[in-house]
Amino acid sequence: MTTEGKDRFKKRVFSRPKSLVDVKTHFCPGCHHGIAHRIVAETIDHFGLREKTIGVACVGCSVFLYDYIDVDVAEAPHGRAPAVATGVKRAQPDKFVFTYQGDGDLAAIGTSEVIHAANRGENITVIFVNNTTYGMTGGQMAPTTMLGQKTSTSPYGRDFRKDGYPIKMAELLAPLEGTAYSARVATSTPAQIRKAREAVKKAFDMQLKEMGFSIVEFLSTCPTNWGMKPVEAQKRVLGEMSEYFPLGVYKERKQADFV
Amino acid sequence: MSLATAAAHRVLMKGNEAICVGAIAAGCRYYYGYPITPQNDIPEYMSAHLPPIGGTFLQAESEVATINFILGTSASGKRVMTSSSGPGISLMQEGLSYMAGSELPAVIVNISRSGPGLGGIAPSQGDYFQAVKCGGHGGYRMPVLAPHSVQEMYSLTMLAFDLADKYRNPAMILGDAIVGQMKEPFEATPYVPAVSPEKPWALTGCEGRPRQHVKSLYLKDNAIEVHNWKLHRKYLRMQEEEVRFEDYRLDGAKIAIVAFGTAARVSKTAIQWARKEGIAAGMLRPVTLFPFPAAQVDAVARLADVVLVIEMNTGQMLEDVKISTTFHDKIRFLGKPCAMPTPEEIHREIRKLAGRAA
Amino acid sequence: MAATGRIEIDFERCKACELCVPACPKSCIEIGVKINLQGYAAAVFARPEDCTGCAICAEACPDVCIEVWR
Repeated sequence: MTTEGKDRFKKRVFSRPKSLVDVKTHFCPGCHHGIAHRIVAETIDHFGLREKTIGVACVGCSVFLYDYIDVDVAEAPHGRAPAVATGVKRAQPDKFVFTYQGDGDLAAIGTSEVIHAANRGENITVIFVNNTTYGMTGGQMAPTTMLGQKTSTSPYGRDFRKDGYPIKMAELLAPLEGTAYSARVATSTPAQIRKAREAVKKAFDMQLKEMGFSIVEFLSTCPTNWGMKPVEAQKRVLGEMSEYFPLGVYKERKQADFV
Repeated sequence: MSLATAAAHRVLMKGNEAICVGAIAAGCRYYYGYPITPQNDIPEYMSAHLPPIGGTFLQAESEVATINFILGTSASGKRVMTSSSGPGISLMQEGLSYMAGSELPAVIVNISRSGPGLGGIAPSQGDYFQAVKCGGHGGYRMPVLAPHSVQEMYSLTMLAFDLADKYRNPAMILGDAIVGQMKEPFEATPYVPAVSPEKPWALTGCEGRPRQHVKSLYLKDNAIEVHNWKLHRKYLRMQEEEVRFEDYRLDGAKIAIVAFGTAARVSKTAIQWARKEGIAAGMLRPVTLFPFPAAQVDAVARLADVVLVIEMNTGQMLEDVKISTTFHDKIRFLGKPCAMPTPEEIHREIRKLAGRAA
Repeated sequence: MAATGRIEIDFERCKACELCVPACPKSCIEIGVKINLQGYAAAVFARPEDCTGCAICAEACPDVCIEVWR
């Protein structure tokens, strides 16, 4: 650790956000959960929401949300976070409620819950981390696993005749009337990280303005289960993943449709 | 039927509706549910009666979603209820296990129909195992209350909210299609809170305090073992403090029926007929199926010649009766799965056991 | 070129994922040789003289190991 120039450069321009707990994370080296968590914490700080936020954690590598973000957190069963978040938001409409889910959680077992929460226009924000695999359990095939991708339960590569195509959740949720904001971002370049933060800010703003359901899908890496080094894994996001799962804003409500 | 009217008079209502009146009297302002026969009166009543008093009703897309709405609202520190029937309660098992592990209160109503599977809409007591032994994973218990009258549908619902909050645990009302659908007059007695409404553990936003969480995951060291013993001690306290039962004409009874819910209700008529003919029949009616009145069953078995277990299933509470006493040779069983036994059938059985001519 | 900023990398927190290395537009960061307590050869601020304090390395780091000053 260098201390050169300590006297010259006094203005700190980057540090840990206040809402991000100062602990080592269990995430693998290069896992984008770290970046997504930081962006969520930065946005909570930006809007001054920490003391009125209730997060809903799910099952997967993201299960330890309550150790990393300094807010009240409820643990939901696998996939059920949007339903638990509905229960929290309906009971406490003045609080800020978000979920943080992986692709197995949101696009497999929890598809019904997220679609219906979006359809009802629940004023919650869903942070959806898509790394095309079930990370925590050792890299099994996920609904977002790409064609040809070898995983521990698709050892011959995903075949659309057997398992269908990967599912595009940001697009699927956008047409629902209740969806106020649906966007897909990535965090594999500095510019993407900045854009991701803007999207999360937009999503949070939708909830604060009671415009309806908001979701930001993060294309992320899973270096360990992809069998790639982190820098290589980012290239996969920038290449084949971004081609199939295009980045962009799929829905952005301009004004509230109700009240 | 307005609540103001209900509070002032004896009310004539369906059992299902009486549950709703009891819930609202106990301060429940959140109800989530999904349609299933034979309990649709409950979501329908709540959908009409909660909004005018500032309550929240939400019809969920499934019972899976329902129990998770319940989890979120309970974690927010509010009294909340849902209702369903067997197949829907099956879908809720995951959520109930999570709520038991996370120590979250709620009232869960099962208006039992026939099973297994789609079964039918005839009444049954086939969900005893699911309710009492707890159908979700991991090993937990819930207080289970078994009403046998519309009055009890009202009063036991209020008690269920208190038990749920006292123990920070889901509590269940185990009814059936008969007691749910029948209409009887009942007294809408005022609710007297038995527990403090304070819930410092609730997730209300961490203003002025450190962050809290509601979870059931314990990975470090032996924390999960410690947690299981903690939950177990809670269930032991329930067994010590919350047993409730009815002694129905057990004085000098040589034939002692053990039955709950509608089976018990019908048995009362048969016992009255039997007593008129000089047969010393009576009944121990568990009101709490968990905690089970084991000591009372043993005491009755000691004194009676015959213990006749009557259930609308093929023998579930029967096992708990056997566990409660060593007098197994005295135990007889009359089962009527997926149908209501008639007073005539029960009376005939009592007479047979009493050695009377057919 | 004179530096217009500086960073500090938390040696023990780093997992050597190497994402900061190509992220830095001035190639100021390298993977080091010393191993930290987690078992990783942590990243080091190898060329402080070229640092502009742009903070791109800090943005890229998933473990919030880097603080930046200008």
